This record gives sequence, C-alpha cells and structure tokens, in this order.
Amino acid sequence: MSWVSKTLSSTLGRKLLMALTGLFLILFLVIHLIGNLQLLFPDNGESFNLYADSMAHNPLIRLVSIGNFAFILLHVVYSILLSRYNKNSRPIDYAVSKASTNSTWSSRNMGILGTVILIFLLVHLKGFYYEIKFGEMPVVDYAGVTYKNVFAIVAAAYSNLLYVVFYVVAMGFLGFHLSHGFASAFQTLGLNHVKYSPLIQKVGFGFAIAVPALFALIPIVMYIWSL
Amino acid sequence: MNLTLKIWRQKNNSDKGGFKDYKLGGVSEDMSFLEMLDVLNEELSGKGEDPVHFDHDCREGICGMCSLYINGKPHGPQQTTTCQLHMRSFHDGETITIEPWRAKAFPVLKDLVTDRSAFDRIIQAGGYVSVNTGGVPDANEIPIPKTIADMAMDAAQCIGCGACVAACKNASAMLFTSAKVSQLALLPQGQVERKTRAEKMVAQMDAEGFGACTNTGACEAECPKGISITNIARMNREYFSAVVSSQNV
Amino acid sequence: MILDSKIPEGPLAEKWTKHKFNVKLVNPANKRKYDVIVVGTGLAGASAAASLAELGYNVKAFCFQDSPRRAHSIAAQGGINAAKNYQNDGDSVYRLFYDTIKGGDYRARESNVYRLAEVSVKIIDQCVAQGVPFAREYGGLLANRSFGGAQVSRTFYARGQTGQQLLLGAYSALSRQVANGKVKLYPRTEMMDVVTIDGKARGIITRNLITGAIESHSAHAVLLCTGGYGNVFFLSTNAMGSNVTAAWRAHKKGALMANPCFTQIHPTCIPVSGDHQSKLTLMSESLRNDGRVWVPATVATAEKLRKGQIKANEIKEEDRDYFLERKYPSFGNLVPRDVASRNAKYVCDEGRGVNETGEAVFLDFRDAIKRDGKDTISAKYGNLFDMYQQITGENPYEMPMMIYPAVHYTMGGLWVDYNLMTNVPGLYALGEANFSDHGANRLGASALMQGLADGYFVIPYTIGDYLAQNPAGKIGTDHQEFQKAEKEVKDRIQKLLGIKGEKTIDHFHKRLGKIMWDYCGMARTEEGLKKAKAMIKELKAEFWSNVKVLGDNEELNQSLEKAHRVADFIELGELMVDDALNRNESCGGHFREEYQTPEGEALRDDEGFAYVAAWKYIGEGQEEELVKEPLIFENVKLTQRSYK
Repeated sequence: MSWVSKTLSSTLGRKLLMALTGLFLILFLVIHLIGNLQLLFPDNGESFNLYADSMAHNPLIRLVSIGNFAFILLHVVYSILLSRYNKNSRPIDYAVSKASTNSTWSSRNMGILGTVILIFLLVHLKGFYYEIKFGEMPVVDYAGVTYKNVFAIVAAAYSNLLYVVFYVVAMGFLGFHLSHGFASAFQTLGLNHVKYSPLIQKVGFGFAIAVPALFALIPIVMYIWSL
Repeated sequence: MNLTLKIWRQKNNSDKGGFKDYKLGGVSEDMSFLEMLDVLNEELSGKGEDPVHFDHDCREGICGMCSLYINGKPHGPQQTTTCQLHMRSFHDGETITIEPWRAKAFPVLKDLVTDRSAFDRIIQAGGYVSVNTGGVPDANEIPIPKTIADMAMDAAQCIGCGACVAACKNASAMLFTSAKVSQLALLPQGQVERKTRAEKMVAQMDAEGFGACTNTGACEAECPKGISITNIARMNREYFSAVVSSQNV
Repeated sequence: MILDSKIPEGPLAEKWTKHKFNVKLVNPANKRKYDVIVVGTGLAGASAAASLAELGYNVKAFCFQDSPRRAHSIAAQGGINAAKNYQNDGDSVYRLFYDTIKGGDYRARESNVYRLAEVSVKIIDQCVAQGVPFAREYGGLLANRSFGGAQVSRTFYARGQTGQQLLLGAYSALSRQVANGKVKLYPRTEMMDVVTIDGKARGIITRNLITGAIESHSAHAVLLCTGGYGNVFFLSTNAMGSNVTAAWRAHKKGALMANPCFTQIHPTCIPVSGDHQSKLTLMSESLRNDGRVWVPATVATAEKLRKGQIKANEIKEEDRDYFLERKYPSFGNLVPRDVASRNAKYVCDEGRGVNETGEAVFLDFRDAIKRDGKDTISAKYGNLFDMYQQITGENPYEMPMMIYPAVHYTMGGLWVDYNLMTNVPGLYALGEANFSDHGANRLGASALMQGLADGYFVIPYTIGDYLAQNPAGKIGTDHQEFQKAEKEVKDRIQKLLGIKGEKTIDHFHKRLGKIMWDYCGMARTEEGLKKAKAMIKELKAEFWSNVKVLGDNEELNQSLEKAHRVADFIELGELMVDDALNRNESCGGHFREEYQTPEGEALRDDEGFAYVAAWKYIGEGQEEELVKEPLIFENVKLTQRSYK
C-alpha cells in the first residue's frame, strides 16, 4: 500500500477527510446563503435571477460545484465507513449508559443528524437544482435579455406550508450538526490552541445558530409573502 | 445502607455471560466501592459461590488496574478511579449496575476483568525514547521551559486504565495514545523519533481495533487524571505532519 | 555456614570503580546465548530487564499484574534522591552515603550504600534522557526539594507522582526491548517456585493466572525484583497484590532471608475507618513540612472528641499537645518516620487518640493557612487535600486532618552479596526484595533510588561476572528438577483446593495481620513476640485444615492466587517474629520496648547486634538457622541518633 492510501485508510486519515470536506461544505453554506438572501430583496426576484444566471455561466463556479458534489459524496461515504468501523469497535454495548453526562447529544449523533440532512439535500436538489438544470423553466426578461425565472420556482415552492415546515425543521438538524461539526473539524485538524480554541468554539456556536436560522428565514418570509 | 447489585458475570472469554442480581446489606458510606465488592465477595465465598472477579491493585488511584463501568459511567459517578470512589456517592436502596469495559480491543477474561494488553502494544510501537542505559548527557544539559515540562507532565499522568476507551461511544483509544505522543512530542528528548513515533503508534492503535475519534469529549470528561483532548489535537498534528514529511514510504 | 558478602577491597570511594574493572565480562557476541529471567516489573525489574536486553541478553519478564506498568513502584509519591548537588547546598556522594547509613541506624553495609549514592547521579541523567518530566525551575533546569528532614535539597520529583513517572520511564525502556524482540513479556503470570539444578538457579515455575497452566521457564540466571512483604500485616500501603511468594519460595529453596523484622511504619497515612478496610493510603511526608501534629492534652478531652461532643477546632490552644514539637524542639514535626510513628502510637495508647477507633492523631494546617494563606497551602498540597477529602469525606482546610502510622516498606528481604546475588548462585534479588541498602530504616525518597540503581547500574555489570563463569547455550526445561518442582506446585494447588474448609482466605489474612501489627509492629516486647509466635503456629495449622479456596485451577481464580500468597505470609510472619525476638536491641524501625534510653529513644547494641541476621530454611516445622554477617564500619562513626 502506498503511504497515501495507507494514511487515508487510517482512522486519523479518514477523520482528516471528514474534517476537510466538512469545512469546505461549511464554506459553501456561507456562499450559498449570501446568494439565497437575495431572494428577500424586494425587487420581485430580479437580483436573484441575475445572480443565478451568473452562477450558472461562470466556469469557476461550475468547477466548484462539481467539487462540491464530490465533497458531499466523500463526506457521506467516509461517514458511513467510519460509523461502521466505530460500531464494530464495540460489539457488545453497555446495558446502562449515561453518556449525556459526558458529551453533548449532537456530538454522539452526527450520523443521524447527517442522514436527515442528506435526505433534505436530496429533496432540495430534486426540487431546485434538478428543475433549474433540466426542468421546464419559466423565463423572465431584464433589459431585453431573457433569463430563467428561478425566483418563480422558489416562490412557488415556498407557498406550500408543508414544504416550508420541512425546510425549517431540516435547518434545525443542520444547526445541531454544525454545533458539533464546526469546532470538531478544527480539533481533527489539530488546530487546538489555548488562545484560539475558545474563539473557534464561539464562532462555531454562532455559526450553527445564525446560518441555519437565516436559511430558514427565507422560506418563512416567502411563505408570508405568498399569503 | 442496603443495595441491589446488578453485576455482569461471565465464566471466561468464550462464555456468553449475563447479569446477576445480588442484595447486599450493611454497606457503610466510608467504604470504597471496591471494599463494598470485597464484602460481597466475602459473603459469596462464605456461601461457597464463586466471588466476583475484578481487576484492582494499588487502591490509591494510580496503578490504573481497576476499571468497572458503574451505573453507565466508567469508574462511576465521580471523576476518579473506582478504587477512590466511596459509597457515600450512592444512596440507600439504590440499584447499581456494574459492567466490564466494553471494547473489541478489551476482551472480557472473566466477570469484570478485561484484557487491556492492547495498550501495552501501542506503547511498544513507539511510546519511548530510544536511549540505552548509560551514555546519556547530564540531566541539566537539556534545559526545558517550565511550561513545556508542565504540559508534558499533564499528559504523562495517564494511568492507562482505559476509562477513555470505555467512555467513548466508538471505543477509541485516542486519548491514551495521544497522551504519550504528546508527552514525547513536547519534550526535546522526544524530537529525534517524533515522526516515526506518531506514525507507528497510530498504526498500532488502529490495528488493535479501537474506534475512530468523533471529538465528543467523553474521554476527557471521564478521565480520572483529567487528561485533556488538546493532546488528541496535538497527536493529529503530529501524525499529519509526519505522514507528509517522514522518510517512511 | 559463612556468608561471603564479596565486598571489594580498597578505599570506600574506589570499591565500585575497581570492582567494575575486576568483574568478568561476557563477550558481546555471546550475550545472546544467555537467558535471564526477571520476576517483577517494578522499578528494579523493569530497569533490569530493559538494561540487560539492551546489552544483548535474552530476557523473559514476568508480572502478576495485567501490565508491567501497574507494579506498585507506581504509587511512590514524594521523589527520588540523588547526590547531584545542583542546589549548591553542600550535598555530595559522601553526604548521601552518610545520611543513608545514619538514617538506617547503622545496620546496612557501607560498601553497598556508598555505591548507591555514587550511581544515584546517573539515575537522574538516565530518566531525563528517557523523557521523564521532572519538575523544573523557570530557567528550565531541574528543581529539587528537601525531603524527610534532610538537610540538603537533593530530591527530584514529578509533582506527587514521581514513582509513576520513573516507572513509566523504565516501562517505556522495557517496551522498546519487547518491540525489539529481546524481552518476552509474561503478564498475569505468577512465579510459583525457583528451580535449582546442582545448587544453581536455573529457572522458575509459573502459573498463568488466566488459564491456570503451570509452566517451566529455564534461564542462566533468575532475578527476583518482587518488592516488599508489607502485606503480611494485611493492612499496609502496599498494593493488594503485593506479596512475598516469589522471595519466600526462593527462601525455601535455600536463599537466606535477611533482617525480616525491619519494617518501616510511615507516620502520615489515613486512619482505618472500619473493619471493611482493605488497604491504607499514604499521604506524602511533605505534609509534615507545614502541618502540626497534635492530640488533646487530656484523655477526658479526647474522649469527648471521640464521642462527638466537641469538634477538633473548638479545642483551645492550651488544651492541645503538640507532642512532637514538645519532645523534639529542634526537629519538631520533621523527625524521622520511625520516631514520628512511635510517638503517635504512644499518645494513642495513652487514650488520647482522636477518631472513633482511638487510633489517629491530628495533622493541623490551621496555622499554616493563617500564615501563608489558603492559596499557598492549596498550591503545595491541593492534590493531597483532595485525596484526603475523597477518602474521608472531610475538608482538611476547615478541620484538621487525621493521620495514623501504617506499614509502608520492608527493609528486610533476601540476603544478597555486593553483586546482588543471593547465596544461591545465579539467583539475584533487586530493589525492595533484597535487604541491602537501607539498614533498619529507610530514608524518604530512597526506595526509588535503590530500585533503579540496582536495575540500571548495578546488575548489568555484576550479572556478567557470574554468567561469564558459566557456559552459554540453551538450558532445557526437561531436567527432572523442573518436573519435580512443577509437581510440587501442582500438589500444593490441589492441596489448597482440597481443604474445602469453613473460613475464607481473608479471614486468615486479617488474623495474621492483627497478630503482626499488635506484637511485631511499631513496638515489640519479648513477651508479645513469644505470644505472637504461638498464635501464628496455631493460625498456620488452622489455615491448612480449615481454609476455603473456591473454584478450580484451570481458570482465572483470585481465591487461589490469594490462598498461595497468604499461606506464604503466615510462614514469613513467624520468621519475622523470630528475627525480632533475636534482635535484643532497638534500631530504626525495630523498636523493642525493653531496649530504650531513659528518654524513650531506640537503644542500639552495637557490640551485640551490628550484624545482618540472615535466616536459613531448614525444613517444614523446624526452627530456621541464624547466620550472621558482621557489619564492619570503617568510614563512619556509630553514634546515637538524636533529633532533640
């Protein structure tokens, strides 16, 4: 085995991949959020549609988006590998366990949280990404140029209360996932320092609340608009 | 006080094992937890029943031989070793469940006794400085900043009891392994073999079948010696920098 | 029988250097043809096994614990002495030698003690090179403290866990040799007997504690590094598993047992809380640097205290008796261990003891806290205070601590010559298992020093001298002596399992412990010792007819393990009593009430007893034979210890 594959198949190597892909996805969340917040501009979706169009035609963004899918896949595949490995490390479980006294619920249930997020992601991709890329799209003209009217699709989706509730709940799960994942990624990378770790903890905590909350805000506001 | 003890009994490694309930009266709160088990064993022996086997030796919290997963926690409700746990931490009429450490790498030998020789093999993989007896420089020729020496000591305090593995939901031995890697990575004496040590000890840890770290922090919370998970971060750093820069292909 | 201690000729300071030159060497290429068995993996055992393996010998290391790192050396708290004189306060090899000889009340060999002091400096170098995190000053150099009333600061320490750190250092060196394939490790394996062929030690018989398998192991030399026998008292600061079995089996195979009655009673232990007590916990002697030892001045006050009618901190200054400060104005609370222990016993015997059992004195930090502040005291003793509170449930910052002496260390052990070899050729004893360096009383922070000195720096030289004179090549285990010894071990196991009596093993162990503590403990009398001897004989007979050992041999069987150990403790107990009866003087840890100065201090008899009392096993039920090794003091003048 080469040293690369040996490293990546060690527990630490696998954790490294989890941390790196996780951090990339965290970064992606920020970019995605900034774009999506344009849905809330009171311009009937013009800025959002223009943004969506620019994203679709920027070769760099397309490359990143391929990377993004790859990273999601890696994150999922390695989490499955690790979960199975970890499960195997304790074939017989305890009859009584008070794990809640020594660790947070989310830190112990990243797999469950991640699975819910994955289901959300599939629904989300089917609902928007797939539709926009391959579906029949309404169009809109700005200054004589025709654009796909992504805003309309989103607005339609968010007028459905069930859909909105699903989104909001999923963002809750994302929040818990991030509440452990953010700081945990730094710990795995070995970035633990008496001076900076408290800051990382705080930023991670803030991030885990703010980002999912803002994501959740969009469908809520748009649902209210639709009433 | 009177107690109900729900204790894991297992004849040997190949036996399936199961819980057995015992009633025990006349327990004083000044007893240590192991002395309470001594009383139970005297009763059982008196009746001709096989006493409950458990590991213990120094009974002053330093040898690391005692274990026991008590009421859902390694070494019981206090952050100390089982031998230093006293019955005043329990109340009259309580049911106490006692299980062995559970990990693939710590097979049960009998009742509550497990085989923790995996830890020895991790140390054998590189938890030392390769100096022979004699021929070393004068002790004061290697000045070490006090803060560094103190940090190394913090890590070196590990007693190898395995509570970290027992507490971890993945039965991971990262805290144990990282404590030794950290101690030697911090000290100038450990620099020479720094990279190889990190690589080899991690490889051995994996080979023993311990799980991966999920950074839940349970190990640190349950460690009777308060070993910090900053050591785990340090070992991660040591390992990653070693694999990309060492000469070991 | 005449014992040859093989002390080299020449001036004291040159003996070891000359001896190292004079001993025979084993050719490097031949070392791999020699097998060495090391029993025990504490400081002495681990350091010896590692060092011998580094030299090239094939080593087999045995321990009854699940890992070599658990050996009880790990529990030593205070520190390790070395004559480095890093503090520029007048320390030297000679001063450490002198302090050790004097502290041992002139009952140790000058040559051995001088060598110990001489190699002490190398131990520190070795441990630092291994990565032992000793305490340091801000400048990065090693820190020292004064320990156990020494006049110089020569004690190196790693917080309150010096023994742990030193043992882990030796364990790491051992682990390295295991990885190199030069040491084969046998954890959870107990030595059951020594095998001698033509008078030479050639191997051991072991029991695998998991499967019960009885196995033979052969070697060219056998090293017993099996620690002390304090558990003969049932309650001691030793680990639960610490036992005399290995040493005792060697004794029965011909090795002489020297000064068995020399036991050290440590003054600062947590008192017994009840019948359930399984062991005693020591708190570092350093507590006496700031704590003041006292009891109520009158029995009446003490009684009120015991009944809970008054609290310790309500007792007025004039009603307190700071008995150590009163009797020893110049040393005060820092008198040596034996003096502090004995005086605690006296005040308790007078009825002035302070806990429910009446066997405790106060160690009070009230004045120290008033003087230095709680934070300073906490910084110095925080972990000890926490430990005390954990065990007793009382807060020592508010109420004075209660302490009582407990058996801690045994200076006696297998007789060895200057090469650490017993009188059985090829059989060595290292560390606490031998008798050699501490005389009648051990100084604080010297046990770790001796264990490592023996293992790292003495045995690697002296073993070569013996091996070079013995042919190399495999020794098989098919010799009839192995078969005979195996059979004896198996028979004994069957005998123990077959008794099927009424009383548990602990029952006998507790009874033995009480006899030993009452009659062969801190203060001994001829009358008491004679009574004890009769009681032990009776106990032994009862044990072998009425003990209940459960289970089978072919399994992990802690009852059986314990039964073996207790059976040997009973026999050792009788010998200790014999030795104490023989020694009609008081010295160090051995205090015979008949022999004391008018002030109540130990009264030595240098004319009559300046010798090592080595005992030879003759046969079952027979009195052992006393063999004397005279102690010759050429360099120090024998004086009466005075701490007034």
